[in-house]
Amino acid sequence: MEVLERYEPLLADSAAFYAACRRPLPAIVRVNTIKADRDRARAALEAEDIVHERVDWHPGLFRLPETQPGANWPYVHGWLHGQEEVSALPARVLDPQPGERIWDAAAAPGSKTTQLAALTEDTGLVVATDKNLGRLASLRSNAERLGVTNLAITHEDARNHSLKPFESEPYDRALVDAPCSCEGTVRKNPDVLEEWSIDHVEGIAQVQAGLLRRAVQATRDGGTVVYSTCTFAPEENEAVLDRVLGRESCQLVPFDSPLEAAPGVTEWQGREYDPSVRHARRIYPHYNDTGGFFCAKLAVGA
Amino acid sequence: MSAENVGDRFDRLPATDEDRAVPGRPTRAAVLEWWDERYGIEPATFAEYSFWERGAGKIWAFRDAGTVASPVEIQGLGMTALRARQEHWKPTLEAAQRFGDRASKNRIALPDAQARRFLAGKDQAVSWDGDWGYLIVTHELAGDQVPLGVGLYTYGELASMVPKGRRREL
Repeated sequence: MEVLERYEPLLADSAAFYAACRRPLPAIVRVNTIKADRDRARAALEAEDIVHERVDWHPGLFRLPETQPGANWPYVHGWLHGQEEVSALPARVLDPQPGERIWDAAAAPGSKTTQLAALTEDTGLVVATDKNLGRLASLRSNAERLGVTNLAITHEDARNHSLKPFESEPYDRALVDAPCSCEGTVRKNPDVLEEWSIDHVEGIAQVQAGLLRRAVQATRDGGTVVYSTCTFAPEENEAVLDRVLGRESCQLVPFDSPLEAAPGVTEWQGREYDPSVRHARRIYPHYNDTGGFFCAKLAVGA
Repeated sequence: MSAENVGDRFDRLPATDEDRAVPGRPTRAAVLEWWDERYGIEPATFAEYSFWERGAGKIWAFRDAGTVASPVEIQGLGMTALRARQEHWKPTLEAAQRFGDRASKNRIALPDAQARRFLAGKDQAVSWDGDWGYLIVTHELAGDQVPLGVGLYTYGELASMVPKGRRREL
């Protein structure tokens, strides 16, 4: 937990924060509305005697206190998908509509991609990009089990994403759920902190800014981009936003977070960021008993 | 358009035989007719879908808003729907699950214990007096018969076609 001590200045109750970080996460499933609506999925859980509890803020999430997500009939049918509770947030903030063109810039293994496809009701176009072929195989397997059919998958560095296969038309919305130092997943994978280094944080921040810039460029004026990570590090969050705000035509906009959250920080270790980064939301594990998360919404264009 | 199938890119299926440039490539018309004749799944089911070949005989169904021009070199386009370029075409598990509830023939309902064996990848004797060949396998879940996958029926036995990665012992 030593790595996390650097965030104490940002926390009102660091004891509660550490206590939450030490607790394992409950298993959560999301109902895949492409294949079954919530009532049907719930009926299947009941028919299979699987104990489940509704998650307050999201009608399609269930907590499974006594089992793992993958070993039951509704999962086999792709009616359910195991997905950490807080990671269901960015797709909801992006709010894709049926018929729209959506880009998922760092897509594998596809929990959020398939959630985006479900929110478009499997219409329009969802383009999922990742540069890791092995992880793309997981994405494809998840998308197929979940019955997604409006999905195009590209293998490339998203910083150089080409719109050419897609009639060179910009997207209505894009999600950058960026690769990151993953501190917020400590409840799932405690080893993540052992691999932590400031060099890695600073290196990956460059990649994150590149991804976000390309997403803004590839989205039409008036469109929306959501930037999210599962890290607490301002270097990978507010600093990335600050850098992109100065270079691309976009602005941060406020949004209602259905989960308890703190505003983005405008100052960190002597560096100041654009004041609008306060519109971003930081979600600490002790707030909602979830993993840690960061989420920002950007409007593209002047 | 090139005159042979290129394994690592997507080519849209020709609409009809007259439009075909690549030998052996199935047509959209033939794919629709096959779903209809073999399973009773009506062509209207696929009105919003285009079909593409990537990998010899591997046919993908893409819910197409007219946004992708053929050919295209990407890693995925919709879902794999069937295996063609062989005597008996074979639906994928994914297509059976997604479209199989519309099937009115060549579908077999398995009781729970048999459905579990099928999901585990095991072959088993079943009682079936219909056609031989690939059947859509259903079982009851939450009060409905829901399609689970594809089995190959011959000589009184149903062979599970559930791909290795999708097999489970529930």
